[in-house]
Formats: sequence, C-alpha cells, structure tokens
Amino acid sequence: MPGRIGSFFRNLLRKRAIEQALNDELRSAVELLTQEKMKEGLSQPEARRQALIELGGVEQVKEEVRAIRSGIFLETFAQDLRYALRILRKSPGFTTVAVLTLALGIGATTAMFSVVNGVSLKPLPYPQPESLVEVGLDLPGINQFNWPLCPEDYFTFREQSRTFQDIGLYYMGFGASLYSANVTGLGRPEHVPALGVTDEVLPILGVTPLLGRSFTRTDDEPGSSDTVMITYGYWRSKFGGDRSVIGKAIDVDGKPTTIIGVLPQRFRFLDMTNLGMLLPLRPRLLRGYNYFSVARLKPGVTLAEASADVTRMIPIEVERVPERANFFKDTRIGPNLQLLKDYMIGDVVKVLWVVMGGVGLVLVIACANVANLLLVKIQGRQQELAIRAALGASPGRIGGGLVVESLVLAVIGGALGLLFAYGGLQALIALAPSDLPRLNDIGIDRLVLLFTLGVTMVAGLLFGSMLPLRYAGVREGTGLRETGRSVSASRERHRASNALVVIQVGLALVLLVSSALMIRTFQALIHVQPGFTAPAEVETFHVHFPPEMIKAPERLVRMDQAILDHIEAIPGVSSTDFSSAVPMDAGAESDPVLVKDHMLQGQLPPARRCFWVSPSFFRTMGIPTVAGRDLTWDDILNKRPVAIVSENLAREYWDNPSDALGKQIGNPKAWQQIVGVVGNVYDDGTSREAPATVYWPITDADVFLGQPAFAIRSARAGSQSFMNEVQQAVWSVDPDLPLSAVHTLDYYYRNSMARVSFTLVMLSLAGGMALLLGAIGLYGVIAYSVSQRTREIGIRMTLGGQRDDVLRLILGHGTKVALIGVAIGIAAALGLSRFLSGLLYGVKPTDPLTFLVVSVVLVLVSLLACYIPARRAMRVDPMVALKYE
Amino acid sequence: MSKPTGMARDVLISHSDKRGQMGKERTDLLRGTLDLLILKALGLEPLHGVGVSRRITQITAGAFRVSFGSLFPALHRMEEKGWVQAEWRASENNRRAKYYRLTSSGRAQLRAEEQDWSQVVKIMTAAVESA
Repeated sequence: MPGRIGSFFRNLLRKRAIEQALNDELRSAVELLTQEKMKEGLSQPEARRQALIELGGVEQVKEEVRAIRSGIFLETFAQDLRYALRILRKSPGFTTVAVLTLALGIGATTAMFSVVNGVSLKPLPYPQPESLVEVGLDLPGINQFNWPLCPEDYFTFREQSRTFQDIGLYYMGFGASLYSANVTGLGRPEHVPALGVTDEVLPILGVTPLLGRSFTRTDDEPGSSDTVMITYGYWRSKFGGDRSVIGKAIDVDGKPTTIIGVLPQRFRFLDMTNLGMLLPLRPRLLRGYNYFSVARLKPGVTLAEASADVTRMIPIEVERVPERANFFKDTRIGPNLQLLKDYMIGDVVKVLWVVMGGVGLVLVIACANVANLLLVKIQGRQQELAIRAALGASPGRIGGGLVVESLVLAVIGGALGLLFAYGGLQALIALAPSDLPRLNDIGIDRLVLLFTLGVTMVAGLLFGSMLPLRYAGVREGTGLRETGRSVSASRERHRASNALVVIQVGLALVLLVSSALMIRTFQALIHVQPGFTAPAEVETFHVHFPPEMIKAPERLVRMDQAILDHIEAIPGVSSTDFSSAVPMDAGAESDPVLVKDHMLQGQLPPARRCFWVSPSFFRTMGIPTVAGRDLTWDDILNKRPVAIVSENLAREYWDNPSDALGKQIGNPKAWQQIVGVVGNVYDDGTSREAPATVYWPITDADVFLGQPAFAIRSARAGSQSFMNEVQQAVWSVDPDLPLSAVHTLDYYYRNSMARVSFTLVMLSLAGGMALLLGAIGLYGVIAYSVSQRTREIGIRMTLGGQRDDVLRLILGHGTKVALIGVAIGIAAALGLSRFLSGLLYGVKPTDPLTFLVVSVVLVLVSLLACYIPARRAMRVDPMVALKYE
Repeated sequence: MSKPTGMARDVLISHSDKRGQMGKERTDLLRGTLDLLILKALGLEPLHGVGVSRRITQITAGAFRVSFGSLFPALHRMEEKGWVQAEWRASENNRRAKYYRLTSSGRAQLRAEEQDWSQVVKIMTAAVESA
C-alpha cells in the first residue's frame, strides 16, 4: 500500500522530496563520471571538469527532469479529475448522500470555527493590540480578585510607571446597569449609552477623531467647561452627519455641553455596541474601586514585568493615601494584569473549544460514513478497476485516481458546507450564551476560509486513503477472473467497513456521553432553588436620574417612592420595590463587612455581597424571611441603623439564624443592627455557592437612589402591554426618565445557565447527528453484508438452518461491531470528558450511570439498525438465493 | 569510447537546450527509440544513470551516446509511469547511487516496444526495398 497511495502523496508534497532526490542523483552521477575519468588517467580537477561537461550542465538536466515530473503530474491530475467527475455524475444518488453528509460535517465545523475565530483568535481592532493590557487588583486578604482601580491607583500608575507607555481609566457601569447620559434639547429626552474616559484612553487605543479633537487633560480637570465626543452612529442619526456640529452645545445630564469631536465609523470600545457618546471621566472627583483601566505597555515589556512594576508602585501609592495604609496591608493588595483581549473574552472560550471539539467529532463520523459508502461502491467497480489494471494502469495511478475522486467529493461537500455555515452562523450566534463577547467580530473571514479548505482537504484525504487500502485486494488479473464475488476481497472490505463502523459508534458514544453529562448538569442546576420564587413573574428595569440630583437624596427618595406608588396602582401588581441591583444581574457589590462580636484584631473581615434595598424587596423577589422582620419605610426614611443578612451569613457567625437578630455589623463608627434574616440567594448562579449577603437600607447609599433597579411582581410580567403601563407610571413622575435593561428576573436566571444550556444544545445536536450517522453507517454495513451473503444464507437454510439462526447470525455480527465500538468509545469518553469537567455541576465526568445508559441506548439503536436488514435476510428464499447468480 | 562516433547520431538523441520546444519537435519514433534502448539496457540488471548510458553505448557498439540531458528526464518519466523502480544502493565503487530496476509492467513495455520496433523495421525495410 505505501507505494500505491505513496505516489499520490509524493505528487502532492513532491517538490521538496523530488528536488532532494534529484540533487543526490546528479551529485552521485558526477562522482561516478569523475571516478571513471580519473581511471583513464586524468587529474581529479580535470576529471571533474570533464564529467560536468559530459553531463551537460547539472542545472539544465534538473530543469528537464522537473518539466517531465510536473508535466506528467498535471496531465494525470487533469485526467483523473475528468474521470472522477464522470463517475460521480453517473451515480447521482450516492454522490448526493455523500456530498450532503460531508457538507453537514464541514458546514457545522466551519460555523463553529468562525465563532471560535471571531471570539478568541482574531486580534482586537486596535494597532499593536498585543501590548494593550487591563490593570486590575487582587485582594487576597479579603478573598476578592480582579477588582477595578480607584482614582489614586490611576494617578500613581500614570506618574510612576516604568513599564506603561500610558494608562487610562474608563467607566461603563456595572452589570445590567450600564452608564448612560440623559440628553435633552434634541427632540425627545433620551438616555444615551455613554462611556466616561480619561484623556489617555483614545490615544492608547490608537483612535483619532473623524472631526474635531480628542479630550485633553484640561477636559478632565474639575471646573473646566463641559465637553463631549459623539460616536459616528449618534452623529449620523441625530445630526444627519452635519460637519458643523463641532462647537455646538447640547444638554447632557442637564448641563450645556460642547461637542468637541466625532469618532470615526470603525471605532468600537471593547465590546460596547451602540455607544452614543464619550464624556471626560474627571478622576479627581471620583472615589472607590469602580473604574476600569486600559494601558499600553512600552515596546518589549512583558506582562510579568508590568505586574512587577505595579507591585513596586503600590507602596508609593500608600504615601499618597496614608489613611489607607492598613487597608493595603490587610487586603494584601496586588496586581492582576491581563492582556486586554483575554480580559474581554474571559473563560467562555473553553466552552467554545469544547463545542468545537464535539462538532469536529461529527465531521470525523461523517467522513467515516462517506468512506463506508465509497467502500461499498468500489466493490461494484472491481471489474472496472481490474480492467484498468490489465490495460496497464499502475496501482499507484489507480489509487491516485481514487484519491482524486474523494477529493472532488470533499471539495463539492466543502463548498456546500461553506454555504451551510454561512446560513447557520446566525442561528449559532442566536443560540450562543449572552455573555459571548465580540459578536461583531464573528464572521467568515480569510482564516475561516483557509480552515474550511484545510478541513475539506484533510477530510478528502482521510476517507480517500481508505480506498487504496481496499483496492489492495485487486491484483492484476485476479479481479477480472472473478465474478465480483471474490471471497478474499470482500473479507478485506468487510474488515475495513467494520473498522469504520466501530469508529463511528465509538465517537457517537463520546458525543452522547458528553451531551448526557450536560443534560444531567442542567437538571442538577434546575433543581437548585435559586433563592427567589417564580422569577418569570418579576419584571425589572433601571432608571437613571441625572448625576447632579444625587446631591439631593431626599428628593430622589421621594421620586423613587412616587414611581412605586404609581406602579402599585397598575392592575395585577402584587408587590414592588427598588434596590441597587437585581439578583443574578452581576450588578451587586462586594465589600468587607465587620461584625461587632467577631472582631479579629488587625485583620480585615471577608468581603460580603451587598445589596441596598427598599422595603418589600424580599416579598417582590420571593425571598423567604427566616427570622426577624423586613425593612420598613420608617427604617428607610429615617435612616435607622438596621440591616438584614442572609441565612448562611447568620449561621457562619451565630449558628442559629434567630441568634443573629440584634447583633451589630458594618462600620465601628456607626454599627447597624440586624433586624431580619432571609433565605440564601444564588447571586452568582446556581452552579456556585450562594454568597453570604447583607441587605442595607437603600438610603445608606445615595448613589443607588439615583440609578435604582425597580422590580415588580405581577402575573402580567414580561408582556408589552404591562411594560407600557409601567412606562406611563414612570413618566407620570418624570417625563424625562427613560427605562433601561428591561428584563424579567427569569431572564437573569436563565442567563446564569446560558453557558450550560448552549453547550447542552450544541453537544446534543452533535450527539444526535452522531447517533443518526452511526446508525446509518451500521445499517449500511449490515445491509450490504446481508446482500453479499444472500447465497450463503440460502445454503444455510437449504441445509436446515432456521430463520432464528439467520437472525442471530446477522444480529450477532452487528452486535459485535457495536459492542467493540461502545468499548472503545467508553475508553475515549473517559479520557475526553475531563475537558467538560469545568462545565459540569452535580455530576462527575465519569458518572457510571450516564455511561451505562448511553451505552445501552447506543447498543439498542445499533440492534435496531441491524434488525431491518436481518429481517430481510430471514425472508431469503433458498431457491431464489441459489439460482440468483 | 571517449569520443563521439558520429555527429548525426549524437544530435539524433541529444537533449534540447530549449525547454519550451522539448518533446514537441522530437517525433514519437525517436522518443520510442530512446525508451526502448533504456528498457533494453535495464533488461539485464538494475543500473544507475551513468551505467545506463554506458550500457547503451556498449549494446549499440558505440553507435549511440545518449546525452544525460535526455537520459535522466526519460528515466524519471518511466519511473512516473511505473516501468522502472528506483532505489539507492552502493555502486561498484562503493558510492551511493540511484539504481533503476525494471518492474513487471516495464518488462511488458519492453516486450511491446521490441515487437513494435521489429514491426517498424519490417515495414520500413519492405518500403525502402520496394523503391
């Protein structure tokens, strides 16, 4: 066999190997001639000169040989191609099935690869993206990681860094509550998605404005005149692309603000879509660890060097803020630097690669199926091949021709697959988890096309190379003499098809086990009570009051309360509240919380999940009260020093939830008394532990009064008519107040399982396809074997064999193949399922029950696939079978 | 052996320096002659390229000296067609050299070409003598 396919592969990879051999050959010829001439008495140099003359120039000879080689290659290739097309046209049924199978496999692989490519392989659309980093902080002392920066960090790093070319700070809000600006005076009042940036951010990203100028340090100084840059999209939609917009003033958050620049059309800030405007961040007015950063490293600086640099700068920062020295020491604050791209895409890539792997396995199964079809088909062409061999076609030539046929099939399948991928990509993106970053970068680009081409070629060669193996059974002459029922050849063919079916069954088992594990994970997650009840009946939305209103918190509370009153008047509303964040919307904060009777000297307490809530928050969310009472409006409006904690927090300190009542927590300067204990809420999703949580009165944090998240419990939640009424209720309080992030609580709950359900759906699709292809493959092999053994079966029955024996014979064959496949598949799945372990919940990657059930199902499906041809075999009429020849 | 025996014959089977014209100008008959000579030379034992050239000179009693510019392309073409198979071996002087060996289809080709050639000679002789 090596000589047979070898010829073809040599032709493909020919250039270098042939060149090398040719060089050697000619060098040895020169040596031989030189020796010959030295024997005739010439000196070595003269002999060599004569040898070269006689050879007639080494390079010319090489050229002639090359021309011959490539000429023959092209000529045979063209012949093979024509022949292949003719053969494929002659059996349209076979060609259709094979091409469709391949197109599905290649299409699915291509679509999935475009997602992986867009999300994780493509560089970010900024110059030298590899030197862009996100600077965050780890606080291992309070078990908090990857925090954003505070303004003092920014000032210190900006002034003292030796490794950053520059560092900038930006603010885009948290969780579902994205930063936005209220724009008035341009038609209807509008809530425009906005981004606060320091003046370095745009230069770091290499962005220059289309019109006007970028921010300077002056724009960032408090007290300077208010300026804004608008995005291309906003410019087109609001100003019709009017170039005289620069210098115009618009009202942003109630202040007249000058437009100083328009951003270019292709500008995109990280993953933010439909961003409307950029505002100066003014870091001197800011406080707290709320601001993300982007930095550009100096050329040649590594991430590790930059991290070391930040570590060096942290003590310098302590000099700037001596009052926080203890905090720095206790939290053991340190750097957490990531490449900007890694920071953006996070760990969702792991999920994508798992799905990619699953889809790739389907392609392998598809290839095995096509290979099997070809094997069957080639059996029918034994005569033709034998004639070609007898007429002088070399085995390599015939093998090469068959490989060309496979490649032609693969290329047609690949082209169709590309079309499928093109169509399926949108569906895939719609299915993708909502936290999938860089959706705009997903598409079919050059790398994807190259990938498809590569996959197509590999697929073609993969199943194509099975053919010469099969063809090895034909020797010159032998094929001609036999009547197409050569026993030895068909045994070989059977061995090859059985091996292919074993592979199919094995891979199908791997995929089915993976999807079954995901199903078990999903079931386990669904079984965990999230801590709230009937989330589909809770409608939530955010409003943003203009920032300067935060200076008047009493007025804000009154307005928030007025909105509640209006909403409660809507028919069908049973409870409503406002709070700093909605459970599971990733908007809640984490802060260290002290406990009066559990103070540890010189040690910070761990950070706790913190919500700031109004009364009825627990009733609206359906969070049960375990002990004590809910907050009251009296607590809220009179700022009583009270708090509510979650059950796990209470148990952690006082074992019994009711013992927590009356205990003091919070801040030693103003302790707050625990008045209630409520059930745990899985704020990080049900696959993670429920975080220990403290609920403070919302009046403790003015900032949240200005951007509250409202929640309404009503059976009408989620309907458009209901939302219209809610909108009217809000606008009757303040007609300038737009609603954002309108979602039911169920939306956040489902999102928390989005990765699991995406992987589940994709792997189940892959598993289903694998099962179908595997069953078809097995059916094909058994059916063909039955048709080949009709005569043998006839003889058996004539000699007294019973129908049951025949059935057992055929089913036995199928079962054997399926069982070997299952055994191999179990071994493979045990090895591969650990790639899933990060995604699994409540089930081990080696869960015996899953393996058992999947194996049984697979064997049953295999038996069914064998049963249909086996029944046909049982009905064989001995007389007909024997006569038929 | 060291001097060409006849200009005309040498030109007859010399290699062309102009690649573009290669093959086209040569008639099939002449190319067939070279192939036949090479197959014949290899018929006795496997030989390397230089050996084939020497063997042809020998069996044509010095009448034909095949240029290497024609010989090597021909050998490679025959290898592609599967008439000969190449392998690296030590030469008579213990040098590594690429030896060509006739395959069974090469032998069949040799027989076929020998028959063709006798056929041509018979016809041509008859034609020439009839005139």
